Amino acid sequence: MAVGVHADELVIAGTRFGSRLLLGTGGFRSLDDLAAAIAASGAELVTVALRRVDPSARGSLVDVLDRAGVRLLPNTAGCFTARDAVLTARLAREAFATHWVKLEVIGDDRTLLPDALELLLAAEELVDDGFTVLPYTTDDPVLARRLEDVGCAAVMPLGSPIGSGMGIRNPYNLRLIREQTALPVVLDAGVGTASDAALAMELGCDAVLCASAVARADDPVAMARAMRLAVEAGRLARGAGRIPRRLYAEASTPEDGVAEFRAD
Amino acid sequence: MNVTVNGREADVPDGATVQSVLALLELAPDSRGVAVAVDAEVLPRGEWTSARLTPGARVEVLRAVQGG
Repeated sequence: MAVGVHADELVIAGTRFGSRLLLGTGGFRSLDDLAAAIAASGAELVTVALRRVDPSARGSLVDVLDRAGVRLLPNTAGCFTARDAVLTARLAREAFATHWVKLEVIGDDRTLLPDALELLLAAEELVDDGFTVLPYTTDDPVLARRLEDVGCAAVMPLGSPIGSGMGIRNPYNLRLIREQTALPVVLDAGVGTASDAALAMELGCDAVLCASAVARADDPVAMARAMRLAVEAGRLARGAGRIPRRLYAEASTPEDGVAEFRAD
Repeated sequence: MNVTVNGREADVPDGATVQSVLALLELAPDSRGVAVAVDAEVLPRGEWTSARLTPGARVEVLRAVQGG
């Protein structure tokens, strides 16, 4: 099967994306840095959050993202209950005129791990309300199935906690999630560097969402480009079919016809 | 009358609208990426100039920030 990178689109809820890298906008030092990183990443879907208006804030994030030509994916970051997450999603729908939402319902403020029960409740309510729900979830295959059952448009398991940069702690769970669902699987937290993103794609994820790994890198623009290439490389490698792992060597040079040199 | 705007007490004229609260926050009427909740319910943009706040109303005015 030939996999052309450019023809290999990501499809979420019927919407096509040429890039399999989603970018979080949090943590960039400036809006200029953000704009440059978006361009370097090739991302077409980027997250935004809602917070209380700060009259002293300068510059318009929405204008920057408009100019970048990206689609917005509002999140519900900071919500600890289904009720708050549902209200935040509805406010985001009003603010950004989109019914897409990256649903986050956090259960613990040190690890920022998802609260599975509240997440599922919120997902069900938002799907019923007409939202396209992309839930940030643990890497639990059973929870992923439940989220699919209530009508989510994708599942977005973590590799490790948000902003931890610890990569993919349980690749086997990601494989299980991949095997059992027809939904797009987006690795959504824990990516630290390009190899983590490539591994996610090699494991069969459909896309990777990066935020801190790019925004907090010493050179966010260079890291954005690295992530773009890593996602493409991992996707190609997945399609190409890797060789099995073996304990012992298997010669790549023919073993027949080896010359015999006799020292007399 | 007193209302609460983003967690702070504010004294506004009786029958004030959300639009007048936005002005307090130096937000233009056509501000993009802004949403308003009154008493934990979304107030659609189309009602900002017509809906009247009641005493003690809790108003949350939110806008886009970098995140996630």
